[in-house]
Amino acid sequence: MASILDDPKFDPERDLQIVGTNPVKHDGLDKVTGKARFGADFFLPGMLFGRTLRSPHAHAIIKSIDTSAAEALPGVKSVVTRDDFPEIPEGGVAGDMTRTAMAREKALFDGHPVAGVAATSDAIAKRALKLIKVDYEILPHVIDPVDAMKPGAPILHDYLRTKGLDEPSDEPTNVTERMVSKMGDVEKGFAEADFIVERHFDSKPMHQGYIEPQGCVADYSEDGQVELWCCTQAPFVYRDRLSAILKIDGNKINVQQSELGGGFGGKTGFYPEPIAILLSKKANRPVKMVMSRDEVFRGTGPVSGTDYTIKMGVRKDGKITAAQAEIVFQTGIFTGSMYFNGPNAMFTRYDFDNVYIESFEVVSKRPKGNSFREPCVPQIVFGVEGVIDELAKKIGMDPIDLRLKNAATEGYTTIYGETFGPIGFVETLEAAKKCDHYTSPVKPGEGRGIAAGFWFNRGGETSTAMNIAPDGTVTIITGTADVAGSRISIAMMAAEELGIDVDKVRVKMADTNSLGFNRVTAGSRTTFSVGMTVVDNARQCINEFVKRAAEIWDVPEDGVMFENGECRPASANVGEFEPLSIADIAKQTTMSHGAVTASASMNVTGAGPGFGLHIVDVKVDEETGRTDVTRYTVVEDAGKAIHPLQVEGQYQGGAVQGIGWALNEEYVYGEDGRLQNAGFLDYRMPVTSDVPMIDTVIVEVPNPKHPFGLRGVGEVPVVPTMAAIGNAIGNAIGVRPQSLPMSPPKLLEIIEQRDSAQAAE
Amino acid sequence: MSKKIHVTTTVNGDDYEYLCEPQQTLVDVLRNELELTGTKEGCSTGDCGACSVILDGELVCSCLVLAAETDGKSVETIEGMAKGDELHPLQRNFLDLNGLQCGICTPGFLVAAKALLEKNPNPTETEARFWLAGNLCRCTGYDKIVRSVMAAAEEMRGA
Amino acid sequence: MTSMRYEAPSTLNDAVHLLSGANGAGKIFAGGTDVLVQLHSEMIEPELLVDIKNIPELTAISEKDGVWTVGAAVSGMTIIDDPGFSAAWAGVCDGVALIGSVQVKGRASIGGNLCNASPAADSVPALIAAGAVANIIGPGGQVEEHVENIVIGPGQTSLADDELIVSFTFPKRAAHSGDCYLRLTPRTEMDIAVVGAGVNLTLDGDGTCTAARVAVGAVAPRPLLVAEAGASLVGTKVDDVALEKMAEAVRAACNPISDKRGTKEYRIKTSGVIAKRAALKALERAKAN
Repeated sequence: MASILDDPKFDPERDLQIVGTNPVKHDGLDKVTGKARFGADFFLPGMLFGRTLRSPHAHAIIKSIDTSAAEALPGVKSVVTRDDFPEIPEGGVAGDMTRTAMAREKALFDGHPVAGVAATSDAIAKRALKLIKVDYEILPHVIDPVDAMKPGAPILHDYLRTKGLDEPSDEPTNVTERMVSKMGDVEKGFAEADFIVERHFDSKPMHQGYIEPQGCVADYSEDGQVELWCCTQAPFVYRDRLSAILKIDGNKINVQQSELGGGFGGKTGFYPEPIAILLSKKANRPVKMVMSRDEVFRGTGPVSGTDYTIKMGVRKDGKITAAQAEIVFQTGIFTGSMYFNGPNAMFTRYDFDNVYIESFEVVSKRPKGNSFREPCVPQIVFGVEGVIDELAKKIGMDPIDLRLKNAATEGYTTIYGETFGPIGFVETLEAAKKCDHYTSPVKPGEGRGIAAGFWFNRGGETSTAMNIAPDGTVTIITGTADVAGSRISIAMMAAEELGIDVDKVRVKMADTNSLGFNRVTAGSRTTFSVGMTVVDNARQCINEFVKRAAEIWDVPEDGVMFENGECRPASANVGEFEPLSIADIAKQTTMSHGAVTASASMNVTGAGPGFGLHIVDVKVDEETGRTDVTRYTVVEDAGKAIHPLQVEGQYQGGAVQGIGWALNEEYVYGEDGRLQNAGFLDYRMPVTSDVPMIDTVIVEVPNPKHPFGLRGVGEVPVVPTMAAIGNAIGNAIGVRPQSLPMSPPKLLEIIEQRDSAQAAE
Repeated sequence: MSKKIHVTTTVNGDDYEYLCEPQQTLVDVLRNELELTGTKEGCSTGDCGACSVILDGELVCSCLVLAAETDGKSVETIEGMAKGDELHPLQRNFLDLNGLQCGICTPGFLVAAKALLEKNPNPTETEARFWLAGNLCRCTGYDKIVRSVMAAAEEMRGA
Repeated sequence: MTSMRYEAPSTLNDAVHLLSGANGAGKIFAGGTDVLVQLHSEMIEPELLVDIKNIPELTAISEKDGVWTVGAAVSGMTIIDDPGFSAAWAGVCDGVALIGSVQVKGRASIGGNLCNASPAADSVPALIAAGAVANIIGPGGQVEEHVENIVIGPGQTSLADDELIVSFTFPKRAAHSGDCYLRLTPRTEMDIAVVGAGVNLTLDGDGTCTAARVAVGAVAPRPLLVAEAGASLVGTKVDDVALEKMAEAVRAACNPISDKRGTKEYRIKTSGVIAKRAALKALERAKAN
């Protein structure tokens, strides 16, 4: 039998009963009643409370740590420092991970963990932190990525050498890597252009902003088995990485994910977990650690800031002839920003022939960079889509028409080598052009902007198991974390395939000892990939049902067909038999034959790329520089919306995160390298009254490589937002901003410069 | 160590007695002493609203209330919102209209929205948005939350 | 915090006695929305917390012959929900309504908002513009002080360690009076003022301004009463010329810092804008009264 990856049996004419409807999420009831258990909601007998001591310095040699007074405090059961972590040399993935978890040779950012304490109460643990004496030798620091590249800048890691240079250098540097991406001949392309626009842009780091701080309970038993409950997007990755840095066998670390209170990429790597495990090991008792909001902002993964230049040329007929960029990505203390997504995705959605992009990743004194919905792309698309808008104005073309003129279609080979199959960018643009928002007039005093975005979408390693109970109900075990309600979509796909009611299917999140490896929930892979293995599970079970029905009826297997949840004779020639439902077969055969079960483990391929276009209206207060978003529409291709309300939720949530990033969200550092706005009061995420309803248009251009045609939808919704808002502000005030966030003081300055330039004319 | 304080409080109609330290917040006691973990703690500074409870009829952040202050008072939390098997109309509308994604902010929003509708059964969308501005959500973009609240309000007015 | 005591006295005398006995290590605890944040981030480490919400004088709101008295610990929600008070002092209610979320206002009081002594406190410019007087009790008995004299710098008040604000008295409203408080923040809610301005004015029968008080917040180490700004409105119809003169006086009075919430230049530039808008709204309310 061909693998489902080669033959997904996608049928555009299939009469779907469950896919495309909106059943209540199975995890919903516990979440509206308060029963759902998140990272901080676990308790074990004898549990201790852990706290972390953090460096107040952006860059300092740790000369010594004296924990004796803390250890002597009554109620303190264990204290850990760098000395408790296995030795792993600097450089390399494990070396970076262990130094992210706990400062080793140097404290590398304000908020870097230096010691952990476990005590019988949280209050005692906090008191103990104050008794730990750390002798620091403060070093100069650098946070701005452009400054970090300058000669003479303070060097973070003496061992670091830039990869990817044409001429390798042995000079210590803060630049981890240079990457050149190219296709065609940009010089030739610019020569063909009638108009060329070149602009410089920058963006500040922002935080994922999940509402649930990281929290975990670790229990290290005397035989070396670790049980870990935590809120994570990546239980299996946590297991494997904890295994690598703590030198514990993978099968001895059992990670049980809790409900996840938001992650958006920020919970793809661990923070308190290794400290909690070591504290538990030393104290021989379970240890709970929950981060404070201040710790979350100071100590966990922000998104890369950037500094970049984009140059593009266009012919009068609207064809964009060349696109060029030079980009500096600011990762945190170590590589890992996934900056390569930027060059790979920034222009991808257009059928450009001539492209040249030079990218640099630079380390700086912030927590290790972490992913966030489409890592390292939206902040670059902010510039790309701004330049495209400017080109449209130069040639007097409607901005959507210009994008249509240059839209990539099936068969286009991208800069990273993928040749597109059926894609929905043109359909998305056309849907946007027709939608009510785009066709209604802009209100007086407001500005309208549009921008487009793309994401590769991902598959990856996925394992699931399906168990049919003797009453015919179905349990699915999955290990790809549910971060926003994917369980209902998975249950729906299984129910559709099995022909049963969705409420007869339950999806359970596995611990890592119970299932094969699952890749992190990231890259919009979950519903797509788990959907693939679960449909495979269902088809395996159906084959078994057919086999058992054939045995019950004593007919050949090919005399049995499966349809709408029942086995029935394939034709009148087989004989007359009452159809057998899944429940009938399970009831009759579980005891004699064993349960009907299936499992699948595969590296899922075939994710179809996603495209979106956002339309936004804004009103700018020209006396203060404040921007209000007055209307917003997200148009995006979902391939097939399994649960349309869930899909809309992804679109709406992404857009509002982007509104925050566009207008106000940024890290503010003092000259001492300390974060000044480590809280929700001054890290300004949008609140309910800041935003309008977010309208959505779900475009469905099926991905034929998936049984139901779906594409991932999680990343794209944030990609065009800042660019669309930037374009809208540009249309409102006459000058397109080039720096993120487009905060009131920056806009007021632009408005004043505009006015003085006009006065000078 | 500070001397512990003896507190008698009604939570969701049930009497509770406990000892707390003077600096312990209500959310700390609800979650860690009474194990009523439906009330979430997102920031501990009153900026996210995840710990919203109703204290003697007033909507408050339980991270900004000392447990000691609640002696003799009544506290309503998310755990008391459904009456037995019967969900509050807000809870049902949040489920039906998908007014939640990850669910961490949901208890706070539900408690805050309940306080809103008790005070103003017919809020405009703008009034609802400003009332709920103290509750942060990072998943939904607020759209389906506000729709769920408005739908519940309409249903409750009709009832 | 090694050992902290919590007390909730029910009389003013007991409260003063407790504070006097604490030798400066006592902290008054009203709504707690600032104190608890400071306590748990270890910005403050008091030995004694005196909860004043069980004292009747501190939680009462009353009116007699047009004079309103509002207890210092009355919650923000109680204040803005009081139909009589909010009709008389709409601008004070504007300020109170901006103190955090509904949840925060369910606890936060104007006494606390004032005594926390943030330069950006939203109710304070409105209280100053209103001409509110604080009734203070201490070991020596009761004294009165104008609100503008209470805050002397960031986090600092003119009150002694064992003094406590009992209530605020608002002067009787003249006919054709109105007030307004507006602030500038990047977000619509849940934010700290980058600039705040309170304006309270009275008109005569033909619409000429006979009295005006203008106060600004977040533009100096403490909320300021800008006498020149008020004076520039008196005798005018609050027209564009007068408003620009007022704005100029406001800008001249600003002495802000640059911080995470806004630059010095931005604050000065926008202070006049916000003060003008507040004056126009106060004018509209005065005309309607």
